[in-house]
Amino acid sequence: MAITRKPTKAQLRRQKMEELVMYPLDWLEERSGLVGGVRYFLFRNVPADINWMQTLGSAALTAFLVQAITGVILAMYYDPSAATDPATGKPVAWESIVNITDHLFMGWLVRGMHKWGASVFIILMFLHMGRVFLFGAYKYPRELNWIIGVLILVMGMMEGFTGYLLPWDQTAYWASVVGINLNGTAPFLGPWLAQFLRGGQEIGGETLTRFYSLHMLVIPGAIIALITLHLYLVIRLGVTSPPWSKDAAGREPVDEPSSARSGLTRPVPHAEPGGRQ
Amino acid sequence: MEPEQPSPDTEQESLHEEPHLPPPTLWPIGFAIGIVVVLVGLVINPELISSIGGAIAIVFGLLWARDATAELRGHPIVVEPERRETREAGEGMTAPPADQQGVALPHVPETAVTRSRFLEGATLGLGGVIGGVITVPVAGFMVLPGFLSQKQHKVDLGPLEKFTQGQWYVATFVVDPTQGEVSRRTAFIRNNGPAADPKTKKSVPSFSIISNHCVHLGCPVQANGPTGSILGMPTVIEHTKNGRVKLDPVVPAGYGCPCHGGQYDVEGNRVAGPPVRALDRYAFEIDNGRLILLSIYSVSHVVGTGAQAKIYKYKDAGPGEHVDGPEQWLYPLNPPHH
Repeated sequence: MAITRKPTKAQLRRQKMEELVMYPLDWLEERSGLVGGVRYFLFRNVPADINWMQTLGSAALTAFLVQAITGVILAMYYDPSAATDPATGKPVAWESIVNITDHLFMGWLVRGMHKWGASVFIILMFLHMGRVFLFGAYKYPRELNWIIGVLILVMGMMEGFTGYLLPWDQTAYWASVVGINLNGTAPFLGPWLAQFLRGGQEIGGETLTRFYSLHMLVIPGAIIALITLHLYLVIRLGVTSPPWSKDAAGREPVDEPSSARSGLTRPVPHAEPGGRQ
Repeated sequence: MEPEQPSPDTEQESLHEEPHLPPPTLWPIGFAIGIVVVLVGLVINPELISSIGGAIAIVFGLLWARDATAELRGHPIVVEPERRETREAGEGMTAPPADQQGVALPHVPETAVTRSRFLEGATLGLGGVIGGVITVPVAGFMVLPGFLSQKQHKVDLGPLEKFTQGQWYVATFVVDPTQGEVSRRTAFIRNNGPAADPKTKKSVPSFSIISNHCVHLGCPVQANGPTGSILGMPTVIEHTKNGRVKLDPVVPAGYGCPCHGGQYDVEGNRVAGPPVRALDRYAFEIDNGRLILLSIYSVSHVVGTGAQAKIYKYKDAGPGEHVDGPEQWLYPLNPPHH
């Protein structure tokens, strides 16, 4: 018979604290399985010799989240109206931007984060894309994720295009004139696309509200959906080893017959007992 | 129809033998209707309608109270269970032994429309119809207004006398006063003086009115030459129904675009840079001695100058679109313009 020692007071207190913390988590887990899901998402195995370059995707995701959060807050103060303010004779949209930048508490910071973060997001997407290309991580079975990534990049550029008009100053206006007319020179459907983007024959109030809606609702929604798919595939297919690695994780084995391609995933050597770690 | 299977469970069986509880009473609904009538009556006719509503509420309220207190008063309402004749479990449903005749279950061909397959199809089909009924008008609302209801705007630039004959002006005006300053446009205007109409041979005023939208990508072209203050000529400001119209005298040697360096001569012909045709022009009319701008048309090139210029006109095309030569076939159909 084992001797059970009476737990000390500190042990009891610790046990109580643990129960207190675990109770809501257990409650959630029992009803949704979400705790396990998050654990599965965050604490998954990756190749042992993973590289810092492989954090660029997460960095791009973080940049997107910064854009989303600062954008939501900017939308609380921004007014997408091309009408002229009778008191000052200036366009309302432009005045609201001036108000955010010069008068509202920390407005300069949040707008600055959104403005410069936009470039950071695009640059990080390109760096991530370069990493995936140079590591050969786009190869079978990850081609689809490359395609989804390209769509995210295109959507990000559309965010840049639509967001550029919103300050409604001369730069914004004429850059959008040129950008829309550039679309208009595409053969056959170009003129129709340009008129759809303008919401009419000339850039005006409808163009501004339209770009605002696209910029803050339509395209971000599409990006969120695409990022979800992108991450799903990352989790399903796993992370690739760097090309210099002797670890074969995620790489096409040369000596394996093509019939081995029948499944999406294949046994990863280091996951087997006695395999390379 | 599957017959109701009697449960072999005796405990279940005994449940059926117990007297059933009464169904939920309907009296509260009558009571609620009475209250509604009272409230409506308060708005319409407090004396008559509200009294009727009150009566309804009281009657149904009493009935409800009578029901609710039945047990307390020792008069429980008992509903006898409904009884039906039942068959023995599986009676007449036994499958023949597999080695005796045919298959135990009727064979359902793959192509047969079973109930589940029909329901699957119906759900998908109905869902598609509902989705279409919602999506089509909404998508139309998103796309079509930009193409339909595009109004033609007439722009009043003021009396003809303001335009000195042979002098170019940089005119700025609001095309659509309801849109305000965002629809302010610029045109280069020259009064060519009276000229013979080619058809009627009558002497009519002639104007060259060139839009300042570069036909490369739509930037505003500038006049290459001195303007008002340098020339020592006054800038004309007028107030018409198109807002403030400004006429700034200019002596252009041509027009240049600041964005990508397109250059045009004084009649709007392309001389250098990326533009694909000559600058667009405004049609015009003279109404009661005033110059009225009409819609824009595109021009491939202009031969000659002033009133004698031969203008090769085309339907209004977007910047960067060829209107002549083989490249015009890249843009066979433009959206409707005014």
